[in-house]
Amino acid sequence: MAGRMRRWRDARQERRRRPDADDQDAGTTRIDTAPVDIAPDDPALVHFQNAGGPVDLDAIGFESPSVRTLRAAGVKLVVPLVAQGELIGLVNLGPRLSEQDYTSDDRKLLASLAGQAAPALRVAQLIRQQETEAVERERIAQELRVATLIQQHFLPQQLPQPDDWQVAALYRPAREVGGDFYDFVELSDNRLGVFVGDVTDKGVPAALVMASTRAVLRAAAQRLVDPGSVLGRVNDEVQPDMPDKMFVTCLYGVLDLDRGTFRFANAGHNLPCVGFDGGGSRESKATGMPLGMMAGMTYEEAEVTLDPGDTLFLYSDALPEAHNPAGAMYGFPRLVEQVGAGPAGAGLIDHLMADLEDFTGSDWEQEDDITVVAIQRATVAAPMPTDPDTPSGRRLLKRFTVPSGPGNERLALQALEEFLDEVDMDEVQVQRLRTAVAEATMNAMEHGNDNRPELLVEVEVFAEPAALLVRISDTGLGDQVTADMPAPDIEAKLRGEQSPRGWGLFLIQEMVDDMKVYATDDRHTVELVMALNGGSDGV
Amino acid sequence: MAFDAEVSDRNDGVAVLHLSGQLDGQAEAAMTAAHDQLLTQGASAVVLNFADVGYINSSGIALIVQILARAKADDRPVRAVGLTDHYKHVFEITRLSDFMTMYETEGAAVKGTATLTR
Repeated sequence: MAGRMRRWRDARQERRRRPDADDQDAGTTRIDTAPVDIAPDDPALVHFQNAGGPVDLDAIGFESPSVRTLRAAGVKLVVPLVAQGELIGLVNLGPRLSEQDYTSDDRKLLASLAGQAAPALRVAQLIRQQETEAVERERIAQELRVATLIQQHFLPQQLPQPDDWQVAALYRPAREVGGDFYDFVELSDNRLGVFVGDVTDKGVPAALVMASTRAVLRAAAQRLVDPGSVLGRVNDEVQPDMPDKMFVTCLYGVLDLDRGTFRFANAGHNLPCVGFDGGGSRESKATGMPLGMMAGMTYEEAEVTLDPGDTLFLYSDALPEAHNPAGAMYGFPRLVEQVGAGPAGAGLIDHLMADLEDFTGSDWEQEDDITVVAIQRATVAAPMPTDPDTPSGRRLLKRFTVPSGPGNERLALQALEEFLDEVDMDEVQVQRLRTAVAEATMNAMEHGNDNRPELLVEVEVFAEPAALLVRISDTGLGDQVTADMPAPDIEAKLRGEQSPRGWGLFLIQEMVDDMKVYATDDRHTVELVMALNGGSDGV
Repeated sequence: MAFDAEVSDRNDGVAVLHLSGQLDGQAEAAMTAAHDQLLTQGASAVVLNFADVGYINSSGIALIVQILARAKADDRPVRAVGLTDHYKHVFEITRLSDFMTMYETEGAAVKGTATLTR
């Protein structure tokens, strides 16, 4: 009904635009009324709508607020403008200048005029309405873009890559961006601060609260040690400025990368869940109020330990609270069960997203932002057995690890590059060492570690007075290539009697000055030796 | 850099396979598609241009062996151009070079008559 009244005013404005000369020609007294609203329950509305032509105001047999207003303004004749059965405006005329009544010819002319003006006016009204709606839609879209921009700007652009750990994360925004966030803070003593949180609102306001909370969290994480103290400090800092009815749930913990412990505190967020290497999972509990509700809160702490192969899983509400078409919720029990049933590390995220799609169906419109973080403690090869004949002049230049997977030998090559400039080897030797390291790493990933990304290849670079040593170790899982294998036969390969593959070990042996293999049950090491030109310590 | 293999037909049915990027296991699909294309075109000889290849590993060598095996069966010469000294050495020790003549320029490789580099 509000729309109807608005259109009525529009019609009045149209009338006012007519030049005065027209009023003179029509022979009417000029009137000037203030805007007249016809209330939805005013009987005049139905009367004008159904009149079928000009209405003599004096002949109306009832009283109503609008009729009184029109009479008070000196209106004599009302010509309703009706389009598709709906009253969209009135042309109001005062008495004729001659003080005679309007003739039937006048009325016919006015009825005909109204019949032609009404549809044109209706079209103009619709266009104006569409323009207004388009502006509104654009405003909403723009706000969504701003919220998305803020959100994405404050999510980590790069994940940390600590040695012997694999960190994976997924942030999948809903159509209307929520206030999810996660981040990592590198701390002293080989520790990593991890937080996952959610602001209880959507759009730009939530994104702004997210951005400021995250900044306060990062600062507090670097200053304070205990996760509980960090959340307490953050709560006290954000609480005074928190908008009404908004608060932030957040889990913050410190991962000790050497010991595998995750000590955490929880401000009303979902509990962390650990998926065990051999299957199974367990949630760990710590309680505390969401951030921003009340100052002076304390936060309980708890600790979980990750053994090699275990995965720590953190997540926001949207995953457990997703609904299927029947209205059932995905739920925490299913989530915890799937964390135990799925693969480890990054693969767990794909597994859970696939399970979620199984549950919701593929045309599910995501209700809220989904944020998940999976941190796996990698399985590293057992330490090298004591080397009885280690020369006294040997020193370790670098030790690094590479996750197993096709193409990852290039990660080992990249890590190697930083030494190659400093070492006294000519270009020919450098190229050959590159090829040998690439091939040995490929063998280790493919044969030793079965290309499983959670199994790492360890690369150690040693300098000796007259040689550079590179040791490449895997977990000794699969069939190993051995140093006494026969050389590949190109003629047999071309005749199709031998696989076209199988060049790796041959290439390694041809590229380096010496190659040794050390093997135990859980570690297989290939040692590459490259003589240095100087003869003395070439590094 | 992703691998790419592009076929261009030069004179007298000699097809040039212009390779770029990293020739490793992940290059297999592109390499096989390009090789199939030049066989469909009925190439009488194949020139592999390695000028834009920065990295070749044992899986890449296996892909070349497959091309050589097919060429040997069809009695179709394979020539190579644009290899760095390092990869020339690799092709020599693996004896791939016994079945694939190496040239200094693509023009010479297409003609197949210029002085050999070995």
